[in-house]
Amino acid sequence: MSILVDKNTRLLVQGITGNEGLFHTTQMFAYGTNVVGGVTPGKGGEWVLDGKIPVFDSVKLAVDATEANASIIFVPARFAPDAMFEAADAGIPLIICITEGVAVQDMMRVRSYLDQKKVRLIGPNCPGLLTPGEAKVGIIPGDIAIPGNVGVVSRSGTLTYEVLYALKLVGMGASTCVGIGGDPVNGTNFLDVLEMFEHDPKTEKVVMIGEIGGTDEEKAAEYIASKMTKPVAGFIAGQTAPPGKRMGHAGAIIEGGAGTAADKIKALESAGVKVAKHPEEIPTLLK
Amino acid sequence: MKLHEYQSKLIFSKYGIPIPKGRVAATAQEARHIAEELGGRIVIKSQVLVGGRGKAGGVKVAKDPQEAEQLATQILAMEIKGLPVRKVLVDEAAAIETEIYFAITNDRAAKKPVLMASSAGGVDIEEVAAKTPEQIVKVHIDPLLGLREYQARDVAASIDLPRDYWKEFIKIAAGLWNVYKETDAILAEINPLVITKDKRLVALDGKMMIDDNAMFRHADLAEMRDIDEEAPAETEARKYGLSYIKLDGNIGCMVNGAGLAMTSMDVIKLFGGEPANFLDIGGGAGAEKVAAAMRIILTDPHVKAVLFNIFGGITRCDEVARGILVAMDEVKPKVPMVVRLVGTNAEEGRKLLENANMITAETLADAAKKSVAAAQGK
Repeated sequence: MSILVDKNTRLLVQGITGNEGLFHTTQMFAYGTNVVGGVTPGKGGEWVLDGKIPVFDSVKLAVDATEANASIIFVPARFAPDAMFEAADAGIPLIICITEGVAVQDMMRVRSYLDQKKVRLIGPNCPGLLTPGEAKVGIIPGDIAIPGNVGVVSRSGTLTYEVLYALKLVGMGASTCVGIGGDPVNGTNFLDVLEMFEHDPKTEKVVMIGEIGGTDEEKAAEYIASKMTKPVAGFIAGQTAPPGKRMGHAGAIIEGGAGTAADKIKALESAGVKVAKHPEEIPTLLK
Repeated sequence: MKLHEYQSKLIFSKYGIPIPKGRVAATAQEARHIAEELGGRIVIKSQVLVGGRGKAGGVKVAKDPQEAEQLATQILAMEIKGLPVRKVLVDEAAAIETEIYFAITNDRAAKKPVLMASSAGGVDIEEVAAKTPEQIVKVHIDPLLGLREYQARDVAASIDLPRDYWKEFIKIAAGLWNVYKETDAILAEINPLVITKDKRLVALDGKMMIDDNAMFRHADLAEMRDIDEEAPAETEARKYGLSYIKLDGNIGCMVNGAGLAMTSMDVIKLFGGEPANFLDIGGGAGAEKVAAAMRIILTDPHVKAVLFNIFGGITRCDEVARGILVAMDEVKPKVPMVVRLVGTNAEEGRKLLENANMITAETLADAAKKSVAAAQGK
């Protein structure tokens, strides 16, 4: 057991013949993920990875042929919204969008449409999912995490790697790691993932890595305080970030005094979350 | 990307939103000519990309072209919050009866656009939001449906706008929605939207922010970017696809990923240091990008040490190491460098840097401590 992805995931890769798509398909396949097919319009009928994975012209054709039940998107930002609509219309229930730099109004339209169709979206601008030992659906390096009972959810990419690696160094493993992405409008937030971890028998403890901007961490704190029975440790990035400055293309910005690191740490601590001073401290807080 | 008031209002007017007559001027003489054309009372408004221009004395009313020239001379010599005034907007002065706040922006919590209006317009809306939030009417817009006419009518009624103005208000609301949608705005704000003494609705002031991620479909707007308003290092960084923000400390940072970059700054601070910048080289950065990043960090004379924290995923540590070597060779930095490489090809990266005379670190905490010590000359 785990959440979102496991051995039964039948994965499709949109943008499979692109540089990044092909590189990460190779990595995911080598990890043991069941990659059943890929999509690149105009390249249907070709095969990649020495004839192991078929390429289709559309998501619909790929789903018909492979019964894929999840799709990961590696197409450039301007084409990513269309790729998400296409996957949803083809009946894919779980979409993971790795692409960074998708326009925010595009994302609002995508989110609104996917919500109506009850499609689960992870990302965009995220490292994807890793259920160690079962499935790697994204770009998280497979060798930095081992199977275990810690559920990890994070808005950041490389900061997530930092935490998984720190856990591994002390012999602690992850049930599933979910990178929800740092964009202001994304598909899945902390609250959704915390609920899944709460109900997942394999997950016994949870690590939540937030950052400045927005109010998702505060909402998560309310859920933790009222509903969550499993212990949670956390970290909030951006304690030294000046207000009003966009820290990278991510959604990390403090607007109108809301969403500061201090506010988030306070909310989490009063919900009983142990908040680390720096990410390498997290394993100690879980013991 | 932020737009100036004059740019925002020109866009508004293209979408049928009434604005005052006027034009932008770069010299006091030009301001005088515009004032002569307009006749009557004139308002001279500094064009800088910060708030609080009025309070800083950057907005003045003139009774005639001669006074317009004098005031424009003064304002063009000003600096507002550290930004020199390079342009002024010369507008006809309106006789104001009522001021309304009116904007469309993104509500990230609701994942939808939100229309906001208040009859407490003109003043600092954040103050209204903090003290009397009930005075701000908010209506969420379905991004797939767009703003519907009944929503605009409801807003007009909720802010107690007299019925005589509803039709015009609905037209302006539709215009503002189109502005927001078609320019990929993050914010399209009219503050104030005024009712004049001669019973017209006019957008007296405007502010717009455009989504940088949507620039690929807005070549016309990209040309409006005012690079004079940015720190030169930030402009240089954008050219290479780097995210750089200068801060006040003395430890330069180069990190991959925004979250980890912020964390590296936080950990430097935790161990008693002060970061000199935020710098995210992004995912998959090659040697050339890394070299550009190092040049940019070292243009800041306050930098006394540099911390490289790279957790390889898409980014390969050996590529980063090559970039560091190229830049070291070119820039010949005199400050100590602390480097931590973990993840994809970290071993190869470390080998490449073996003879580069850099301080190495295993963990993030260790790297931060060493860079704090190095910056203090220890």
